[in-house]
Amino acid sequence: MSATLTNAENDPRLGTRSGFGRWAGVTSTGFSRGLGIATIVGLVWLVLFGLVFSPQDIVQDSSVRILYVHVPTAWVAYLAFGFTAFSSAMYLFRKKKSLAWDRVAGASAEIGVMFMGLTLITGALWGRLTWGVFWAWDARLTTTAFLFVTYIGYLAVRRLGGSHQARAKRSSIFGLLAVLEIPLVHFSVLLWRSLHQEASVANPNGDVKMDGLMLFSLFVGIISFSLLYFWLVLHRQRVLYLEDRYEDADLDSALAERRSESQAASNG
Amino acid sequence: MPASDPANAASSTDAAAPVVELDDVVAVLGRFPALAGATLRVNPGEVLLLKGPNGAGKTTLLRLCAGLLPLERGHATVLGHNLAVDRSAIRSEVGLLGHQNGLYGDLSVRDNVRFWGRTAGASEQEIAAALAQLGLDGRLATVAAGRLSAGQRRRTALACLIARRARLWLLDEPHAGLDAEGRDLLDDVIRQSVAAGATVMVASHELERAQALATRMVTVSGGLVVASEAVS
Amino acid sequence: MWRTARLVAAKDLTIEWRSRQVTNQVLPFAGLTLVLFAFALDRDDITVRVAPGLFWLATTFSLIVLVQRAFDVETADGALDTLRVAGVDPAGIYLGKALALAVQLVVLETLLLIGVIVFYATNIDPAGYVLTAVTALVATCGLAFVGTLYGGLAAGAKGRETLLPLLLLPVVAPVLIGATRAFEAAFGTDGGDGIRSGVEIADGWPWVGMLAVFAAVFGAAGVLAFGPLMEEA
Repeated sequence: MSATLTNAENDPRLGTRSGFGRWAGVTSTGFSRGLGIATIVGLVWLVLFGLVFSPQDIVQDSSVRILYVHVPTAWVAYLAFGFTAFSSAMYLFRKKKSLAWDRVAGASAEIGVMFMGLTLITGALWGRLTWGVFWAWDARLTTTAFLFVTYIGYLAVRRLGGSHQARAKRSSIFGLLAVLEIPLVHFSVLLWRSLHQEASVANPNGDVKMDGLMLFSLFVGIISFSLLYFWLVLHRQRVLYLEDRYEDADLDSALAERRSESQAASNG
Repeated sequence: MPASDPANAASSTDAAAPVVELDDVVAVLGRFPALAGATLRVNPGEVLLLKGPNGAGKTTLLRLCAGLLPLERGHATVLGHNLAVDRSAIRSEVGLLGHQNGLYGDLSVRDNVRFWGRTAGASEQEIAAALAQLGLDGRLATVAAGRLSAGQRRRTALACLIARRARLWLLDEPHAGLDAEGRDLLDDVIRQSVAAGATVMVASHELERAQALATRMVTVSGGLVVASEAVS
Repeated sequence: MWRTARLVAAKDLTIEWRSRQVTNQVLPFAGLTLVLFAFALDRDDITVRVAPGLFWLATTFSLIVLVQRAFDVETADGALDTLRVAGVDPAGIYLGKALALAVQLVVLETLLLIGVIVFYATNIDPAGYVLTAVTALVATCGLAFVGTLYGGLAAGAKGRETLLPLLLLPVVAPVLIGATRAFEAAFGTDGGDGIRSGVEIADGWPWVGMLAVFAAVFGAAGVLAFGPLMEEA
């Protein structure tokens, strides 16, 4: 049992090919392969519809196409963080603490941070192209930025070390605290910006009127990015599971080594 | 029949219920299995000496009994509480003196003992008595803990332990840093607390001295308890 | 729980009194930040207008230092471990440390306020004294609650000097926003260029309400979460 994961050459679950091929099939199952194919199909559709089929916007010309990526990444980022919070609660508030929820929370947060970064970048680019500014201090943007930094902090907390259970407890508590603070930040920024009545600069993140093919492209984007998210989380939490199991499996061989110390001491 | 029967203080059901019962306990520090299947039984009123080489797991064993470390595998019961279920239940009944003293450097000796005593519900008399028992009630009482010598800090930490009136004492190399007079004082304190109903587990390299105190001796090696012998 | 809190708060404040670290080091640090702000901003009319913001910025940075110190005291000689073993009520420890932290913050803020008045030539409208005091108190509670909670999370961890600011600064943003707005209302700061001429003292009170919500939320969260957080070694 202990040897299964310590020696890659002998692991029967890995293929007999060499190089990257060796790792093929370690974390995939039929379901995840299907999911992956659906994701790729969706993304191809997105490219087609986003870049080719959908028309240019009357006002924004082709720069509106960035939205087909920006909106989905924003949606996925929020979904990811919501799921992290949910998983944290599931870990914390159940009788039997299942580390699987903690791993899912961690995987989701990692991917959420990535998508959030993409959201901020694509949003800044779009804002620049459309309104001439990279950034504006409105409630939505500011809260997004705070969410980003907060979850970077969450990832740092996950790396504080200790046993798996210690990590899980600490992270899940912090994850729930993060959920508490986001509405507070959002609300205070909202109140704050409402003080500034100047209508000089229109809200660069205001909703764009979309219909027909453009809306459809947007939906394609949202759905395919969501599939991508699930596929990534699925694989990432499996990898985390393998990492955890590796550390635990190591325990048996480490135990054997440790016990032999006492033999040596009594013999020597 | 001894005048104070510690067993009666311990539990109302079984007069001989062990204070500590470890069964094949595995405890890890990070990825390292500090305890690799330790089995141990400690009866009320015993003074148990833990001996063994450095790195054998003595400190880990004591910290586990204090409820500070989670159990990876095995079974552990301390003062009737199952450590796998709830480690915090035993907290106020156990006293641990580890490598660090747990003192606040800026507070005086008296303030330290007072804080640790009062958070455990001790009265002013008990606190004063603890200070007196360790010879800390004179000039030393007002000195800031950070300015004391290592031996004096040890004594202060012991006073804090006494003030908390723990039923199980876990002492990790308590003689280290004490001069001869301090060591005698420590031995007296241990004897007095056992007479008052406590059970003591001592990890020590001071074999001669500890053997004079102990009722039983176990050897810890490679994360296991490998030998046990009574001390006459 | 309250008894423990009193004991812990008294202990923390006694330690501070004996070592004078706050008075000797943190207060000068806070004062220095005020001066540095003036250097950086360079224009007297600007510093007058942003005085409330600079005040709360200085307070926030000092908070980080104070929290670090509050927990370094515990981890220096393993006192945190001993607190755990002794079974001292974690909620009581939390409230006690938060209380001590709040007291230190209030002292800091009082002196910073004097500094702001002196350095930035701010004149506080006497009608705004109540608002100023209440805002400071409520905001301080929020800062103390949140600081103690996150300080406990990072206590003794490697890299905590950089982790603590990373965790704390996003969280205190609502306090920064709310307290600054309330102070602006209380100070009666008039930009003179029409942008904030409509700010009256009454405008400050809703912000105080928000600060109160913040403090209540994190106070409750801290009482609940501090124990489990302290638990894992």
